[in-house]
Amino acid sequence: MDFELSEKAIDFRSQVKKFIENNLTSEIISNMHETGTFNDKSFNEALASEGLLAGAVPGYGDRDPVELYLLFNELEKAGAPYDGLAVTMLVAGIINAVGTEFHHEEILKKLLTGKHNCCLGYSEPDYGSDVASITTKAEKVGDKWIINGQKMWTTMAHESDWVLLLTRTNSEVPKHKGMTMFLVPMATPGIEIQPVPTMASERTNATFYDNVEVEDQWRLGEIDDGWSVMGIALALERGVMGGTNPAVPLLKHVLNWAETTPSKNESLMINNNLMRERIARTAIINQVGQLLTLRAAWIAATGGMPGVEGSMAKIYASEEYQKVVGWFQQMAGAEGLLSFGAEDAAAFGWIDYDARHAPVTTIYGGTSEINRNNIAERHLGLPRSR
Amino acid sequence: MNADQEAIKDVFSSFFVEQTGPESARNSIPLGFDLKAWKRLSETGAPGMGVSPPAGGGASLSDLVIVAEEAGSQIAPLPIIDHVVTSRVLEKLDLLEEEVLTGTLIAGLVVRPVKNGVAKSVPTGAIANRLIALNEDKLLLLADEPPNKSLPNHGDLPIAHRVIKNADVIAEGREATELFDRALNEWKTLISAFLVGITRSSIEITVEYVKDRHQFGKPIGSFQSVQHGLADLPGLCDGARLLVNKAAWAGDKEIAGAINLTDNEISDFATLASMSLVFAGETSLHATDRGLHYHGGYGFSEEYDIQLFYRRARAWSQILNSPSEECLDLADLLLKDIGAE
Repeated sequence: MDFELSEKAIDFRSQVKKFIENNLTSEIISNMHETGTFNDKSFNEALASEGLLAGAVPGYGDRDPVELYLLFNELEKAGAPYDGLAVTMLVAGIINAVGTEFHHEEILKKLLTGKHNCCLGYSEPDYGSDVASITTKAEKVGDKWIINGQKMWTTMAHESDWVLLLTRTNSEVPKHKGMTMFLVPMATPGIEIQPVPTMASERTNATFYDNVEVEDQWRLGEIDDGWSVMGIALALERGVMGGTNPAVPLLKHVLNWAETTPSKNESLMINNNLMRERIARTAIINQVGQLLTLRAAWIAATGGMPGVEGSMAKIYASEEYQKVVGWFQQMAGAEGLLSFGAEDAAAFGWIDYDARHAPVTTIYGGTSEINRNNIAERHLGLPRSR
Repeated sequence: MNADQEAIKDVFSSFFVEQTGPESARNSIPLGFDLKAWKRLSETGAPGMGVSPPAGGGASLSDLVIVAEEAGSQIAPLPIIDHVVTSRVLEKLDLLEEEVLTGTLIAGLVVRPVKNGVAKSVPTGAIANRLIALNEDKLLLLADEPPNKSLPNHGDLPIAHRVIKNADVIAEGREATELFDRALNEWKTLISAFLVGITRSSIEITVEYVKDRHQFGKPIGSFQSVQHGLADLPGLCDGARLLVNKAAWAGDKEIAGAINLTDNEISDFATLASMSLVFAGETSLHATDRGLHYHGGYGFSEEYDIQLFYRRARAWSQILNSPSEECLDLADLLLKDIGAE
């Protein structure tokens, strides 16, 4: 792996940095935390008009995965709203890989304008990690499909024009072989969205599908072959679409706090030895998170499939993030509990926010346990344990 | 890794597997040095590989980390890292003796400051014929007969205290500290690579063991609790290797690197070398701990190799500094442009 980025990648990164400097306002950031919707369509549109969005679709155009990594890494480090964008661009990548002409024209082109979003409908109330057991049913009636069921964690459903929906189309075959994927327009009658508030500021949703009728053209991939489409989705994500440097913006907030906050002996927190040790350890964690992610991107850029490497980066970055924020929250004492807007909140409430947000990062996008299974079986060659 | 580096890996992997390994580590106790293997290694020219091409070397730091990881994977009781790093300093000062170049005389680094004329717990103290040490702002060269007797220690290393008397002052002032700092950063980088080797082998040994060892009628490696304890390790091992490789890359570059803490962009050699030592060190502690634990009682018995790796991980990861102290030194580098200090 080359530690020196290519000239093209360096140019791309400076373009992204410049874009963020010019377009990411404190209003956008405070708005995302107030609404709980980590998506900003006008920000996305601005990215599109700058020509940066086409590069955000995995496998599309002339951007390689290292640039994809750089885009999301810069957005993540800057604390920009990118959750909606990451999912939308992932769906764009799936359409690019397996979509029909209709999907390209009707969806992909619109996604690239930044004005539209997609959400993911995989998990259900009873099936999360065991996603291949889902029961939301799609039934072929005449030339249409009728869909009934419920999905959980459909984050961004209220912002989205389409949901990538995993359905059961055949119960007579082994569970992996009886699922079909659809891109269902959210405006279709019979879809209901219920917000699910979370312990952090971000909002997610439950979505309900009651006799939702869609034409066959909205099917993505072959009938009963939805699991392969899922596989493509996971392979495209490759741990490079953000989420592996969450402690970078945290450290920035913590440093600002430590430089201005007295410790018990009246010297500043930044001079406290335990504080300094933990800052150093966080800096190491951030470097290792970056290197593990860059490696996954680099493997993808050179034609490989970094499934296991993506799992390694995901487990490491999310678990260390949770550990690090725990250190700093404790060091901030009572003020580490105070939230955005509260007088004297440590780091203006960022420590409280990150401490609330961190637990979900070890859960969504594949729990630590699912990723450990993946590494144990596919990398260490240990027998399947379930 | 380029083609030359693949070749270096192949050659040294074979050498350390065939000539050293746990067997050699055991047979070298209590001195912590395998003279026969060192003579063989010297025949390959390895002790001189770190000096400049005209002097018969030419290996970059990035090449040397490959050698160091292979040595670590076989816990080779050979002072190759100290010797190579020290030789590079001697060459810069035009003090490289033929016997050091060939490995007939062993050179080592006093990694910690000399106090009251004594260098305490020197990693190669029991065996080094030439020692370089920093005493305040003077770089000293001690040419003396080694005691050939180690202080009994946790990692079976050739540790000894050495009295620094009649040493030559070979550099002073800024030149002295710069030469020493450079050598120490190279040493940290290569010891980190050695620790990555220890981690890698501990994972391999333990995975083989849990596939083989049966309890309750099944291999213990089929139990999820064991699998998950092991599944954390390869990512940590790879992360440590990437960090070490990045440190070596930074050390090989002609131009000075940068430290941008808040943007997570770090290319400064000293910073990356320090990060490597902390991270590769603690990763090796974790991997050998899990490894020993999954061996059950056998892991604790002398007969099994995992305890050799366990003890060496601890020895090398703290022979310079406690990890907390190293983090404080690292914080000084990271925060030098920020904050109140």
